[in-house]
Amino acid sequence: MFFIGGAAAVMMRLHLIEPAGALVQPETYNKLFTMHGVVMVFFFLIPSIPATLGNFLVPMMIGARDLAFPRLNLLSWYVYITGAAFTLYALISGGVDTGWTFYTPLSSHYLNTHVITTALGVFITGFSSILTGLNFIVTIHKMRAPGMTWKRMPLFLWSIYAASVIFVLATPVLAIALFLVGLERIFHVGIFDPAIGGDPVLFQHLFWFYSHPAVYIMILPGMGVVSELVTCFSKKKPFGYIFIAYSSLAIAVFSFLVWGHHLFVSSQSVYAGFISSALSFALAIPSAIKVFNWTATLYKGSISYQAPMLYALGFIGLFTMGGLTGLFLASLATGVHLHDTYFVIAHFHYIMVGGAVMAYLGGIHFWWPKITGRLYHDGWARFAALVIFVGFNLTFFPQYMLGYLGMPRRYAVYPAEFQVLDVMSSAGASHTRRRLLDSIRLSSLVHPLWTRSRIESLERERPGMGDAIAASHR
Amino acid sequence: MALEITGIAIPSLICIFLFLWGASLFFAAAQSPQGAMAIFVVGKQWMWHLQHPEGPREINQLHIPVDVPVRLTMTSEDVIHDFFVPAFRMKMDVVPGRYTSEWFEATKPGSYHLFCAQYCGTLHSGMTGTIEVMSLTGYAQWLRENSTAESMAQMGLQLFSRLGCDTCHLSDGTGAGPALQGRFGKQVTLRDGQNRVMDGAYVRQSILDPASLPLPNYRPVMPTFRGQVSEEHILQLIAYIKSLASGERTQAP
Repeated sequence: MFFIGGAAAVMMRLHLIEPAGALVQPETYNKLFTMHGVVMVFFFLIPSIPATLGNFLVPMMIGARDLAFPRLNLLSWYVYITGAAFTLYALISGGVDTGWTFYTPLSSHYLNTHVITTALGVFITGFSSILTGLNFIVTIHKMRAPGMTWKRMPLFLWSIYAASVIFVLATPVLAIALFLVGLERIFHVGIFDPAIGGDPVLFQHLFWFYSHPAVYIMILPGMGVVSELVTCFSKKKPFGYIFIAYSSLAIAVFSFLVWGHHLFVSSQSVYAGFISSALSFALAIPSAIKVFNWTATLYKGSISYQAPMLYALGFIGLFTMGGLTGLFLASLATGVHLHDTYFVIAHFHYIMVGGAVMAYLGGIHFWWPKITGRLYHDGWARFAALVIFVGFNLTFFPQYMLGYLGMPRRYAVYPAEFQVLDVMSSAGASHTRRRLLDSIRLSSLVHPLWTRSRIESLERERPGMGDAIAASHR
Repeated sequence: MALEITGIAIPSLICIFLFLWGASLFFAAAQSPQGAMAIFVVGKQWMWHLQHPEGPREINQLHIPVDVPVRLTMTSEDVIHDFFVPAFRMKMDVVPGRYTSEWFEATKPGSYHLFCAQYCGTLHSGMTGTIEVMSLTGYAQWLRENSTAESMAQMGLQLFSRLGCDTCHLSDGTGAGPALQGRFGKQVTLRDGQNRVMDGAYVRQSILDPASLPLPNYRPVMPTFRGQVSEEHILQLIAYIKSLASGERTQAP
C-alpha cells in the first residue's frame, strides 16, 4: 500500500513542475491526491507500527507468549485485507476524487466517482484498528509477567497503550461519519447537504473528532520506538521515564479535545475557535516534554551512530520542526492565513513522514535481526537514512515557503510565481527520495543477508533489542 | 525534577503568550468596522459571482477602493468553497445554506490573487480570480463606467413583484403575509415564542423554508421558493427588504 500511495505522490509532484500542470488532467490530479491520502493515512500510517512492531514486541516486552486474543488478531489482519481490497477496487475501477477528508456536501451529493466503495474500505479497515487496539489494551493490562509493573514497562508499551486507547474510542466516530455519508448518498437522507435540510459543517466536526486523534495514533507509536532507540544507542537510562510515559497518556487525552482547530474558518463560532486554539497549545506541552527528555537522554551519552539511531535522530529533528510549525497553525491569527495552504501540507508531512515513517524505518532496522535472525547491510542502511533525511527536507521545506506565500493545497494548476519552489519540491520528491531511497531501502532490508554470526554480538550492543525483561532493568 | 519543571514551564509560558497574541488578533479581525462597504459573494462550481450594492456584477474579479474597509457577505450555490486572498491574510469558508462574512481594508492599490482554498471538485484550482484595488477616484470612475440601471435593492424589488411576493406582503399589513416595511433588523416572535432577529439569514430561511418559521396571526400559506430563486436573487431580495427598513425609497426605474 505504501508504494501505491508513494507512486501517487511522485506523479503529483511531477505534475506540479509546470504551473499549468505537466502530466495529467485536473480530475486525475484530484484522484491522485485523494488516493495518496486515503492509502497513506488509513492503510499505511495508522496500522504501520502497531501492526508490525506492536504485534511482535508487545507480548515479548511484557513477557507474554502472545497477545491476549491471537485469533482476534488474525481476524483484524483479514479485516484489513478486506478493507484494502475495497479501496484498491475503487482505485482500479476509476478512482475517487473527494480528497481523503470526504468533505460534504461535495462527497455526499456532487461527485460521481467511487465514493461509496472507498468509504466502505475505510469503514471496514476501521474495525481492524479497533480489534488491534482492544487486543493491546487487554494484553498490557492482564498479561504482564510477574514483576513487570506499569512503571517498569518499556516506553514503547506506554505509547502503544495510549495509541490503542485512541484506536478504540475514536475509530467508531469515523465509521459513523462515513456511514452517514453513505446514507445520504444512497438514500438521500438529509444529514449534511443543506439543500435537503442537513448541515455541511457537522461532517467536519465528526470527521476531525476522529482524524485529529488519528494523527496521534500515527505518531505515538513512533515516539515509543524513538524512546527505545535513543536509550539504547546512547547507552543510558531514559531520562525522565515517568514524564515520557505520562506525556503519552496526556497526548491521548488532549488529542480528543482539539479537533476544532481544523475548523477555524469553517464558520464555527469564534469562541469555539478560541477554545480549540487554547487546547491545541496545551497539546504542544507533552510533545515538548518528550523532545526535552530525549535530548536529555542523549546528553553525555555514549552515542553510536548506527542506522536505527540515524533514523531516531532524524525523527527528533523533523518532529520538532513539524511540532513548532504546528504552533503557527494552532494560533488563531496565523492559522487563518495558513489554513488549507501548502504550509499545512509541509507541517503534517514533517510529523507523518519525518516523524512516523522515520520512526517506523528506525524500528524496523533496529528489530530486524530479532525478527528475522538476519542482519541488514549497515553501510547501505546508514546511507539510505541520510538520503531519506536530505530528500525529505528538499521535498517539504519549500512547501512551508509556498504555503506562507499563499499557495492553496489541492491545486492542479497554480500561478507562475510559485514555480521555483514547486520545482524544488518536485526535485526532492522524484529524484532523491523515491528513486534512490525505495530501492536502497529494499536492498538493505530484503537483500539476502549473510551475517548470522554477528547477531550474538549485536545482543550485547543493543540491550533493548533482545530480552525485554532485561531491557526494562537496564 | 527541577529540570523537568523548567522544561514544562518555559514552553507553557511561550504557548500562553502565542495563544493570547493570536486570539486577540483573531477577535479583532472577526468584527467588521461600522460602515464598511458591502460586497456580496456567491461561490459556485467553479467561479465567483460578486455584486456591489450599487448594482454592478463581476465574475472572478472584484474592484474595490483602497483604504476603505470592505465587508463580504458570502454564500455558496453548491458545495463548500473558501474565499482566500493571501495578500490580505484573510480566509473564510463559503458554506451552502448559510451566510459567512469576512472583511479587509486594502492599503495599496494593485492586483491581488483570489483563491478558492476549500477543495470543491474537479476545477477547484481554476476557481481563482483577482482583487483589483483602485484609488478612490479610480474606483468612482469604474463604478460609473460599469453602472447598471438598477441597484441591488431595485433588482430585489423587481423580483419581489415578479415572484408575486407583493400579492401577500402588502405594505399596509392587510395581506396574507406580514408587511415588511421597517422590519429588517428587528426582533420577530415566532408562534412557539422563540425570538429571532430578522437578518439576512432569517429572510433567506423564510424564502426557502417558510414552514420552519410559523408566525402568530398568520396562516402558514407561503410556498417555498427553493429552486425558483438563486442565491444571488436571494441576496437581492434581502437588499430590497433591508432598504424598506431604512426608510430609503426604492423605486422601480
